Amino acid sequence: MSGNEARMDLERIDVSRRRFVVTGASIAGGFVLGLPAIGLSNDVVGGEADSEHQIGFFIEIAADGSVIIGSNQPEIGQGVRTALPMLVAEELDVEWSKVSVRQMPLGIVKTADGYAWKYGGQGVGGSTGLTGNWDFMREVGATARQQLIRAAAARLNVPVSSCSTRPGYVVCSSPAAEIPYGDLVAAAARLDLPAESPPLKEMKQYRIVGRRQKTIDAMDIITGKARYGIDTREAGMRYAVIARSPYLNGRVRSFNDTEARKVDGVLDVFKIDGPEPGEPYLILANGVAIVATSTWAAIKGREALQIDWDPGPNASDNSDAFWQQNHEMLKSTGQVVVDDGEFDKAMAEAHQVIERHYQVPFVSHQPLEPQNCYAHVQEDRCHIIAPTQMPSGASRAAAAVTGLPRENIQVDMTRVGGGFGRRLTNDYVAEACMISQKTGWPIKLQWTREDDVKHDFYRPAGLHEMRAGVDGKGKVIAWTQRLVSASKYYRRPNMTEERLWEAELYPDDFPRKIVENFRLEYFHNPIGLPRGSWRAPAHTANAFVIQSFLDEIAVETGQDPLQLHIDMLGEEREMEYGNHGGPTFNPGRLVRLIKFVAARIDYQKQRPDGRGVGLATHFTFGGYAAHAVEVTVSPQGQLKIERIVAAIDCGFAVNPQAVEAQLQGGTIDGISTALGLEITVKDGQVQQSNFHDYPLLRIAAVPSLFETHILPYDDTPTGVGEIGIPSAAPALANAIFAASGIRLRRLPIGDQLQKAMAG
Amino acid sequence: MISFQVNKKPASFAGDRNTPLLWVLRDHLELTGTKFGCGIGQCGACTVHIDGHAQRSCITPVSAIEGQSITTIEGLASADGVLHPVQKAWLEIDVPQCGYCQAGQIMATADFLKKHPRPSDQDIDKNMTNICRCGTYVRIRTAIHRAAELAESGE
Ligand code: FES
Ligand code: FES
Repeated sequence: MSGNEARMDLERIDVSRRRFVVTGASIAGGFVLGLPAIGLSNDVVGGEADSEHQIGFFIEIAADGSVIIGSNQPEIGQGVRTALPMLVAEELDVEWSKVSVRQMPLGIVKTADGYAWKYGGQGVGGSTGLTGNWDFMREVGATARQQLIRAAAARLNVPVSSCSTRPGYVVCSSPAAEIPYGDLVAAAARLDLPAESPPLKEMKQYRIVGRRQKTIDAMDIITGKARYGIDTREAGMRYAVIARSPYLNGRVRSFNDTEARKVDGVLDVFKIDGPEPGEPYLILANGVAIVATSTWAAIKGREALQIDWDPGPNASDNSDAFWQQNHEMLKSTGQVVVDDGEFDKAMAEAHQVIERHYQVPFVSHQPLEPQNCYAHVQEDRCHIIAPTQMPSGASRAAAAVTGLPRENIQVDMTRVGGGFGRRLTNDYVAEACMISQKTGWPIKLQWTREDDVKHDFYRPAGLHEMRAGVDGKGKVIAWTQRLVSASKYYRRPNMTEERLWEAELYPDDFPRKIVENFRLEYFHNPIGLPRGSWRAPAHTANAFVIQSFLDEIAVETGQDPLQLHIDMLGEEREMEYGNHGGPTFNPGRLVRLIKFVAARIDYQKQRPDGRGVGLATHFTFGGYAAHAVEVTVSPQGQLKIERIVAAIDCGFAVNPQAVEAQLQGGTIDGISTALGLEITVKDGQVQQSNFHDYPLLRIAAVPSLFETHILPYDDTPTGVGEIGIPSAAPALANAIFAASGIRLRRLPIGDQLQKAMAG
Repeated sequence: MISFQVNKKPASFAGDRNTPLLWVLRDHLELTGTKFGCGIGQCGACTVHIDGHAQRSCITPVSAIEGQSITTIEGLASADGVLHPVQKAWLEIDVPQCGYCQAGQIMATADFLKKHPRPSDQDIDKNMTNICRCGTYVRIRTAIHRAAELAESGE
């Protein structure tokens, strides 16, 4: 999700949450807890909870002291199903070993002016799953604890002040008594809520939060019991696949389903209408749906279909032409979106001007669980079970297809086999609804890997021209980035041409205001490929470009790259940062990280020819990261990553175990993508189709020497899902240069090194 | 009709003989722990044991397993619920992120360790080809070594 989009969505969440306090309770958690437990039998914590043991929506405490905590956010592998319940458990004061977690469904309630959240805002993107719920979930736990204390005090007929808790019990000092939470829940749930949230714990009192906690669902995962969307099975369910237009914006001219219908198990075949070219996407493409009694029958039926495609308006789209146009466009003047200081004057006065071009390709998300969705559309209601990052988007998509009011659409969430931004968009939910509506059957729509590669909201590709003016002492005095890209904001409702750049350049990123004379210029080059939010959106492209260019400036001006980073970033200070992840950016925190990784990897050490270290840093959505990568490059151009040191400063790490996992995973994602991943178009069709030609990294390319470090900073956690990715690729490219003298300015790296060495 | 065993119980399938074992397991036998990732033998999410050997069930037609014995992730632990050393190591090292690839990773590792009881990193690099999109490889490597230790000490 882009910064802006993330912000838009979060504003929605925020506003709704505030609006949501319709009962007069003064805190978000208050209202949620305040609803009487009784009468919530179907949408409480897990679905089968017993209201006698339920205190508010999120917490259920059984007589034996076991605790079930509801998780309101989608779990996509980022660890929210562990981290958010940790926050509740900490403040509730229970043993973590007694906690299990249940997934909550989407909760929206109709209000006079739209819809409001029932369980707080739900949706994960922009690394906000944790930060957006940090206060809320702690308040939920603290408020429940307070109610339990009050219930105990009433029972014992003592003042509240003489009661406290130890894990799982309310403890009274005089008369000395202990009452297990399980005995108090029913009484606590009936108490009125106090007007204000009780005080939260001091960080030094934490027993659960800030400690390494393992993935709460690990046992289910390693025994095959964890349920993903793809594992959904409901009574009477039929299976569906769709043959989508292989041409971008193509359509079905006609189709012959005679052979398809002969396939054993095929039940129905019909056309699916996609959006008009240029319209916002409800679904991605026109196509033909096949409904069958099993997944395999549907796939076989699709193979037997004969479809005559109208290639449509993008039939001549080609990647080669796209890149040529990009170079052409750079010769003109684009939309100047930031123009600080006196750029032209500073450039004219510069002692040295350095100019480079970098090329960042389209890439695809490819979560390992292919898209899928269960939908059952009935006359007056609809049930969705989906692996989605945005359950409210699923509800909107279902409403758009069926015309049903959203309060009649039930959205259940499963564990999700990877998100990376792909599942911010609920096109597959809309498709499943279309098929269920047409047939009347409960439907599980399944995408194959080929569907996922050929139909995605790809990360935008762009050509970046970088120019820097350097004075006689090696100080950068002018800086410009001129970007031609296919903006992500294309085909969005209410989006004007003038704002397309906002998805591609985050103006307050380094080195704005550090280099006074600073200009950003944007050109939009449309192409038929759908675009969307790919993990850390524009940060992946811009960090690669900016951190590579900085390294080049150091080399060109005879400075040490590490020193140039330190000099430019400077001291710790809060700078204004208006993009998602703000309101401030402290460049000094990056200095601490880059010095740290440089020291760990022994950056200053002389290395033989063919071996080198590269460094990079980046600030992403409120969090800070740095990478040091050591590689060897053989005379034949064989690249080997020898060692990786990654460090993150996410303020306060709620679950260091998960932070480390995200940093490892983000780093590997960055390197995997830089090494070999690219989506290309020929004659209006995506050329890649599966993992043989979209080769995600495997274990062999990941060095055994791989360190991750968390450098604590303060007591405010930032999200971590995207922080680890942007600086990985430039650190790799800088290492390759240090080892070989070959500067790679085009991603993916592919066989460029072999070619350069040969030629 | 094709007859075979799954997790030590008799099973059969009467449909299209070319149906990949993966879909027989998932759609017909309701064993959904085995995952669909690519359908072309690239990712290993669908790895099961066929007569004790790790195989990619998405490219194994059910006709090829007549009379054979299949173990899926649901049947890897012993009948009395004792986890396989690989599963134990996976818990200890806390390998999973989204977890979607992990059944396949575990099944692949269980077979790999039979052939390489104390593997080197190079052995791992050469033989472990399952894809993890979340990038859990660092912990997978650690967990493989740990599983080897656990298996050796009979745990
Ligand atoms: S699903 Fe079988 S190898 Fe990918
Ligand atoms: S844990 Fe998500 S694909 Fe491996």
